[in-house]
Amino acid sequence: MIRVIALRLIGAIPNLIGVVVVTFLLTRALPGDPAAFFAGAAATPEAVEQIREKLGLNKTLIEQFGLYLFDLARGDFGQSLSTGQPVLTELVQRLPASLELTFFALLLATIIALPLGIMAATRPGSWIDHLCRLITTAGVSLPTFFTGLLLAYVFYFLLGIAPSPLGRLDPVFSPPRPVTGMYLIDSLLAGEGALFRACLAQLILPAITMGVFVLAPLARMTRASMLGVLSSDFIRTARASGLASSTVLYTYAFRNALLPVVTTLGMVFSFLLGSNVLVEKVFAWPGIGSYAIESLTASDYAPIQGFVLTMGVLYVLLNLSIDLIYGLIDPRVGLEA
Amino acid sequence: MSATLRHIRYVLSENLVTLGAFALFTAFVLLAVLGPIVAPYDPLATDTARAMQPPSAAHWFGTDALGRDILSRIIIATRLDFGIAVAAVALSFVFGIALGLAAGFFGGWWDRIILRLADTIMAFPLFVLAMGIVAALGNSVANIVYATAIINLPFYIRVARAEANVRRNAGFVEAARLAGNGDWRILSHHIFPNILPPAMVQVSLNMGWAILNAAGLSFIGLGVRPPTPEWGIMVAEGATYIISGEWWVAFFPGMVLMLAVFCFNLLGDGLRDIIDPRRRT
Repeated sequence: MIRVIALRLIGAIPNLIGVVVVTFLLTRALPGDPAAFFAGAAATPEAVEQIREKLGLNKTLIEQFGLYLFDLARGDFGQSLSTGQPVLTELVQRLPASLELTFFALLLATIIALPLGIMAATRPGSWIDHLCRLITTAGVSLPTFFTGLLLAYVFYFLLGIAPSPLGRLDPVFSPPRPVTGMYLIDSLLAGEGALFRACLAQLILPAITMGVFVLAPLARMTRASMLGVLSSDFIRTARASGLASSTVLYTYAFRNALLPVVTTLGMVFSFLLGSNVLVEKVFAWPGIGSYAIESLTASDYAPIQGFVLTMGVLYVLLNLSIDLIYGLIDPRVGLEA
Repeated sequence: MSATLRHIRYVLSENLVTLGAFALFTAFVLLAVLGPIVAPYDPLATDTARAMQPPSAAHWFGTDALGRDILSRIIIATRLDFGIAVAAVALSFVFGIALGLAAGFFGGWWDRIILRLADTIMAFPLFVLAMGIVAALGNSVANIVYATAIINLPFYIRVARAEANVRRNAGFVEAARLAGNGDWRILSHHIFPNILPPAMVQVSLNMGWAILNAAGLSFIGLGVRPPTPEWGIMVAEGATYIISGEWWVAFFPGMVLMLAVFCFNLLGDGLRDIIDPRRRT
């Protein structure tokens, strides 16, 4: 088992290297003057020259890459021009907000998608199967930024049941004492019920927006893999042996059908992290996505580079944990590896 | 050939949804081609006297903060949005298939390097990578096309590689080789036609995604710039008003965008049913 985990860990290293190389190339090897990029639109020629010196842009590409790695190893992601803060500090501060949103959205989507997929697979051709098909096709067609606006319009403006769709917390509350940085968990840890509800109320609309988008691939995969498993020999044997249909469905079929679903989680996370940026803009959610967008508007390049790198590394790590989980729940993978 | 046509007609008549999607697609293409003729107003003409009007008989979809007719802007935007998607998908099709064929057919180092390239692209959340590429290359429509093409590349590489790998030692390839065909001729005349069907399915599934991606990029202020009409930008422009109740500014461009993506996704599913009935889900 330890050997399997170690193999997976080693397997993630090329991807990590790839992410770092691409992030580096995105700034250095492209047409245009990288120094002008980092100095921002309003910089004086002296400032540009200074940055050229600091980044070592007069050295060879290989040397520059070495310097870049050295900076990264020291945790130096550069400075944001618009806020004057080190990029790493701001990313670390804002990351919990993005993670909270992403994981909550994934949780919502899973809670709905798995039962929907199972029901559709057990009754193929029924209305629930058609509903599943409709939802899955419509779900991936929704521009997340548009669904977010629609939800805000309906639940905030028309119905008035959602709080103002701006930010993580209504200004009347003060944020909970930071432990994990995720407000839901922190407010629970602090035992403040009212605060927890306020955080949840702010979180629910952006989370639904993202959840609807990733519900589709999850439900579709659940349905397809359940259909495949349900028609296999061991299910027929289980049925023929007189096992209760719920036992057959949940203990035998579902556990096997879950494996391909776990594999699609990689794609799902790619969707989630990408749409995260758009949803954060719509709901003024103070995560790393809106940080990147604010920097884009200000032509402030270092934060964007830091953001792309963080997202890339995060995604590689998420994929790694999916791989590890897969290895744990499917013993056969371990034998093959 | 007539058998194929019969099969297509059979699938279309069996599947009314695909037929509807096909009709919708035709309508969008017509709008993209005839845009300036069909649009009732000049999409750029501002008129503060009729700013922020809700939908009416004169302005079916209302007017925006500068008094521009939203319907006209949506119609004119069709060409740009479709253009970006078609150009991006065409680029990733050509380069992705070529790279995938080389990887699957020649194997060895080709395979390793090209697969590594695909894996590196896939190591990012794709929209985030597109953001980074456009931010680095510079803020223009052409760069949106390149970014969208790059993030779609791995899908084509994988399709072409898998198919070429399977067929590399197939009987008909051996026969072609014995008959004196060179590698390139085998690739272009014998293997490429075989990977066309799955690749076409990928194209139609990708189109919707490419439109969504381009609109998302311009929504956050990358690529297309105002006052150029584009669906993503129009939604972004309307976003500020939706909380105060002026829903039509963002609603109509958003709906049209959604409809376009929906249409492509349905077409993709339909096409897959025609080409590869086994993968029907």
